[in-house]
Amino acid sequence: MNVVVCVKQIPDPAIPGELDPQTHYMKRDGKLILDDSDAYGVEMALQLVSAAGGGDVTLVSMAPNGEVSGLRTGLAMGAAKAVLVSDDSLRGADALTTAKVLGAAIGRAGDYDLVLAATESSDGYTGIVPEAIAAVLGLSSITFAKSIEVEGTTVKVKRQTEAGFDEVETPLPALVSVTAGVVEPRYPSFKGIMAAKNKPVDAVTVADLGVAVGDWGQEILTVDPAPARQAGEIVEDDGEGFQKIVAFLEIQKVI
Amino acid sequence: MALERIWVYAEVAGDKPTSITLENLTKAREVAGVVEAWYSGPDAAAVASELGQYGVSKVYAVDAGGTLPGIPVASAMKAEIDGGNQPDLVAFGSTYDGRDILARLAVALDRPVVTNGSGLSVEGDEVRVEEAIFGGSQIVTTAFRSAKPYLASFRPKSFAAEPGGATTAEVVEVAAPQQGTAKLVERHIEERSGPVLDEARIVVSGGRGLGEAEKYAMIEELAKLLGGAPGASRAIVDAGWVPYSYQVGQTGKVVKPDIYIAAGISGATQHMVGMKGSKNIIAVNKDGDAPIFGIADLGIVGDVHKVLPALIEALKAR
Ligand SMILES: Cc1cc2nc3c(=O)[nH]c(=O)nc-3n(C[C@H](O)[C@H](O)[C@H](O)COP(=O)(O)OP(=O)(O)OC[C@H]3O[C@@H](n4cnc5c(N)ncnc54)[C@H](O)[C@@H]3O)c2cc1C
Ligand SMILES: Nc1ncnc2c1ncn2[C@@H]1O[C@H](COP(=O)(O)O)[C@@H](O)[C@H]1O
Repeated sequence: MNVVVCVKQIPDPAIPGELDPQTHYMKRDGKLILDDSDAYGVEMALQLVSAAGGGDVTLVSMAPNGEVSGLRTGLAMGAAKAVLVSDDSLRGADALTTAKVLGAAIGRAGDYDLVLAATESSDGYTGIVPEAIAAVLGLSSITFAKSIEVEGTTVKVKRQTEAGFDEVETPLPALVSVTAGVVEPRYPSFKGIMAAKNKPVDAVTVADLGVAVGDWGQEILTVDPAPARQAGEIVEDDGEGFQKIVAFLEIQKVI
Repeated sequence: MALERIWVYAEVAGDKPTSITLENLTKAREVAGVVEAWYSGPDAAAVASELGQYGVSKVYAVDAGGTLPGIPVASAMKAEIDGGNQPDLVAFGSTYDGRDILARLAVALDRPVVTNGSGLSVEGDEVRVEEAIFGGSQIVTTAFRSAKPYLASFRPKSFAAEPGGATTAEVVEVAAPQQGTAKLVERHIEERSGPVLDEARIVVSGGRGLGEAEKYAMIEELAKLLGGAPGASRAIVDAGWVPYSYQVGQTGKVVKPDIYIAAGISGATQHMVGMKGSKNIIAVNKDGDAPIFGIADLGIVGDVHKVLPALIEALKAR
């Protein structure tokens, strides 16, 4: 079984995000890393391929400046190869354009049975890119998977819902988006990290993919600070801290 | 100038329209002359009469044939639009099914989308959506520049839900040109007692600082004593201590209770975006530099294993 995993490479989430004051696009100039949310997809893909007794995991990513750091992490975990789309014309690309580009890139990844993505990225979190990729590729899809099983040519998913979960199934090929916690991602081994350096990365541009990139059909007008909350009272607990809470609840007439 | 017509995708929980549906309808009524709803599920007639209380004049009902609604509903919407029935805006909740349909529709119509909206306004011909980013610390305002219909999704609790403009909503069955392919085999509902998390007046949430799953019992007990609902950070949902339905934050529930108590929660931006709108926030964390204190009305720098048991005892003694 061959599995393609969409992996986003993002600025380190530990560093506070910033928008370019001119374009209002998210700044993505520094080194990028593999989005944690996508480590689950990579792990899931590796487990499914190994359960099927063979096949390849291919990573697909769209990122600026020919960035491969995050892809190397996924390759070090055990993916076989990667497709990277990097093109200046994609700066600030919206979810629809991103889906068209990734859909075309998946077309270069060879035969596949399953495409995985995360339900939402850590930095953009539109949460619609995976389903839009499925639409672009004309694939069946199941979003919000908290577990995945492949039985023959059917993929069976427990899909997160407001109230619990649904059992949903669909024939392969299909796209499935996974939630955090679907599996426990492995840490790349030293051997994996060394091997990743020589794994093939197919670097392509928008022209190579033949995707027409227009404008985004929307314009960011302003970015304003949200009304800040008034700073409150912060006290060190001296054993009587709970009394402060009791008093607060009394003032609020909760008790 | 107001918009002529908005479509809102309506969802139900049990047999009642969800809060986000009613919130979106209320906002739609404010900015558009005509509000119509789309619905895919059982008892369209009963749902339509509920939606009518919120000003919906027509409900387009799509039979998804026991599949996920993304493909069938989006294809039915597209067929209507191609046939000349074109609204100015199609609005969804940022929900599981809402996002699926929105994504399919965006590709089918080749239209951009604005997601996770927290505000909607019309200025002259311009339709603007607000979105809170960076944990709700900044507000981005985006205007559509594409052809209509505009497509957008809104986060829960962005608008107040108020009945009004009551009409009898007519139900129109719309056939889906494309059948769904992802079959719903069985639904599982997790039982929960007490008030519903996103409607409770008091929410008590626990995080990784509790140390171990068993200690979550303190959160449940405290919530019960206060007549509130227990909640959680994603860290302990992912760790399997509590079900996903307890999660507060970007990928969980948005809550706006009168009192939110965060115990052993650091205050990551993705958590705060789900609870920042609470009227009062109380935080207990042993790290005085934890970001949660930046938005707390009352912060106790201390050990949850000391503060919570003492608090529980004090409340029990009353
Ligand atoms: C795409 C994406 C979406 C996300 N969505 C969500 C979401 O919806 N909701 C959410 O919550 N998170 C979400 N997260 C995760 C978020 O980034 C944080 O990792 C998570 O909120 C941390 O949970 P926590 O505060 O319980 O744990 P930690 O960050 O580990 O914090 C634990 C806190 O407990 C304190 N502590 C430890 N011991 C004690 C003690 N004995 N007494 C008192 N305090 C103690 C520590 O000082 C620390 O501040 C998301 C992340 C991503 C990338
Ligand atoms: N630029 C990208 N490159 C690769 N995968 C992406 C990219 N953008 C989004 N995705 C995938 O789609 C998921 C959801 O993204 P989003 O819709 O932005 O929340 C991500 O977690 C990735 O799996």
